[in-house]
Amino acid sequence: MIGQIVFLIVLATAIYLFSRNVGRIRRNILLGKDTDRSDRPAERWKTMARVALGQSKMGKRPVAAVMHLFIYVGFVIINIEVLEIVLDGLFGTHRIFSRALGGLYSLFIGSFEILAVLVLTACVVFLARRNLLKLKRFSGMEMKEWPKSDANYILIIEICLMTAFLLMNAADYKLQTLQYNHYIKAGSFPVSSLLTSFLAGQTSTLVAIERACWWFHIVGILAFLNYLPYSKHFHILLAFPNTYYSKLEPKGEFSNMASVTNEVKAMLDPSFVPTAEAPGRFGAKDATDLTWKNLMDAYTCTECGRCTSVCPANITGKLLSPRKIMMDTRDRITEIGKNMDQHGNDHHDNKALLDDYITREELWACTTCNACTEACPVNIDPLNIIVQMRQYIVMEESAAPASLNNMFGNVENNGAPWKYSNADRFNWADK
Amino acid sequence: MDELNKSEIKNPNFEIPTMAQMAAEGKQPEILFWVGCAGSFDERAQKITRDICKILHHVSISYAVLGTEEACTGDPAKRAGNEFLFQMQAMMNIQLLDGYNIKKIVTGCPHCFNTIKNEYPNLGGNYEVIHHSQLIQQLIDEGKLKAEGGESFKGKRITYHDACYLGRGNEVYEAPRKALEILDAELVEMKRCRSNGLCCGAGGAQMFKEPEPGNKDINMERVDEVVAINAQVIASACPFCMTMLSDGIKHRDKDQEIKVLDIAEITARANRL
Ligand code: SF4
Ligand code: SF4
Repeated sequence: MIGQIVFLIVLATAIYLFSRNVGRIRRNILLGKDTDRSDRPAERWKTMARVALGQSKMGKRPVAAVMHLFIYVGFVIINIEVLEIVLDGLFGTHRIFSRALGGLYSLFIGSFEILAVLVLTACVVFLARRNLLKLKRFSGMEMKEWPKSDANYILIIEICLMTAFLLMNAADYKLQTLQYNHYIKAGSFPVSSLLTSFLAGQTSTLVAIERACWWFHIVGILAFLNYLPYSKHFHILLAFPNTYYSKLEPKGEFSNMASVTNEVKAMLDPSFVPTAEAPGRFGAKDATDLTWKNLMDAYTCTECGRCTSVCPANITGKLLSPRKIMMDTRDRITEIGKNMDQHGNDHHDNKALLDDYITREELWACTTCNACTEACPVNIDPLNIIVQMRQYIVMEESAAPASLNNMFGNVENNGAPWKYSNADRFNWADK
Repeated sequence: MDELNKSEIKNPNFEIPTMAQMAAEGKQPEILFWVGCAGSFDERAQKITRDICKILHHVSISYAVLGTEEACTGDPAKRAGNEFLFQMQAMMNIQLLDGYNIKKIVTGCPHCFNTIKNEYPNLGGNYEVIHHSQLIQQLIDEGKLKAEGGESFKGKRITYHDACYLGRGNEVYEAPRKALEILDAELVEMKRCRSNGLCCGAGGAQMFKEPEPGNKDINMERVDEVVAINAQVIASACPFCMTMLSDGIKHRDKDQEIKVLDIAEITARANRL
């Protein structure tokens, strides 16, 4: 009975804390400007099914794709087991599903165990890739301190959880064969049955191991749940809405700013009456000038570095890293959210995404080649943020690099980006 | 590569019709050829422009250009963040195009192609837009263009460099390759091709500024990939890629061994146009 009460308190606290943190992230995302992504729902569902559920963009790197698939499938399916654990915890039962499911239960437990081994393998391989093989993709100036440890913590936690799960089953299985107490014969244990010889023979020790692992496993999962909102691992949830709200237009298409259209129309036709209000600011200086989709992108980023590893600017040693653009955006909007929580909604810390986080040198290095957006496994668009920040620099500050200002002048005066007279435009026909 | 150097470049011996002229005669062309700024002013790109005209002339499509009336689409301004300038250019061009009642456009540049096709509709300019590599593919499919009578590319190692705004930007990967397939050449792909293609370094208005500090220029990174696969010809489909790749090849002192040719130039040569 005490066990049940403790369990209920732990569960309720975990769920409360988790929903509070998710609520904060949701609030932070909604600090972004509005953008309409409600069109073409059928196409959106399809994109989500393909990219998030079907992992379609992982295939370009086969080793990572297979290992990631193990963890992904493992996590989704083993969570059925978590449901049983939660029900057992609440009702003080043991393996509550075993009666109802009968033979099927063996199949379930058996496949969970095999998946657990696959997850374990994948986590070990991933740890090795990060720390022993030191793949270039996992390093970079933005991958120091927290982001670096974060990735390792996740893998280590997963290894612990899976080990506890298998150990729990092993002790349970041994107790079952000993026909001890309520440990009735339930399930088949293809993996953990191999571990039983390592366990002590005494039933009291076995019960202690089984209980300890049970508690560790479920408390660990609840703790992990609460770790998600602080971690790149949050992508396991946000990947779904984020791919649903993907940009559906061709990658080359940059949306037109409606506020500018109004002003240009008024300039070309003095009788034109604008319909929409002028925005407070053209382009983005701070994270709150970005759209909610940009901010959702930022919280979805897995820090995998696929974008940066294909970025022509980054490959050739420039400062720009699209992954850093996403991480900076996330860190800044989180900071703004924290300021609001601590000092009220009107507080301003005199910092901004531009210059305090992202430098101009990074922004001007982008070739708008879309390699980053193509590579991102969860359809994140770093390029869109880069362009909005360029818009701020150009339209609000008139602070583009001098050579670009020359180009603007030429386009405006001669209709071409170079200093050639329009009258010479057709000379090629006579050569 | 002697043949490639030898084949003389013939200037068009036909009139290139302008819209103004046609409109004055009360005629309407089937398609407008949007030349673009590079195609109009850059000496190397002018050759590509003339070859596109030769192809249009050869297959007797009724076409016209805007001549001195054409102006920058606004692409470099938009990518650099100058939305005002972009929309100014766009709206003036739309006025011009609509004034001539244009319905169909072929462009000689992936940037013009992308901008007019994707970004003009929302500002009121709706046209059917294709890139010249797509036109060439169509003409090949219809049997109107063959690779005959001209220079032979048989057995030459040719690789195609995907332009970002054609490839990833608009998913046109096959059309330019189609134009190469009929050459009976040895087509080789670089490791980074199609959706994984590496940018030449010119996009996003980089063409008009010095690159940011780094340890290598992007076009050199790309050219080294071409050198590594021993290609004799790099086919390109964008005047900016053309500049970047040619500069890179020259910089590596490979301009004797490796030629950079546009899809249109290759097609024109293969057909002795
Ligand atoms: S679009 Fe910009 S940031 Fe993205 S890969 Fe290309 S150069 Fe890098
Ligand atoms: S933006 Fe996408 S590709 Fe880049 S690090 Fe984040 S998840 Fe990976």
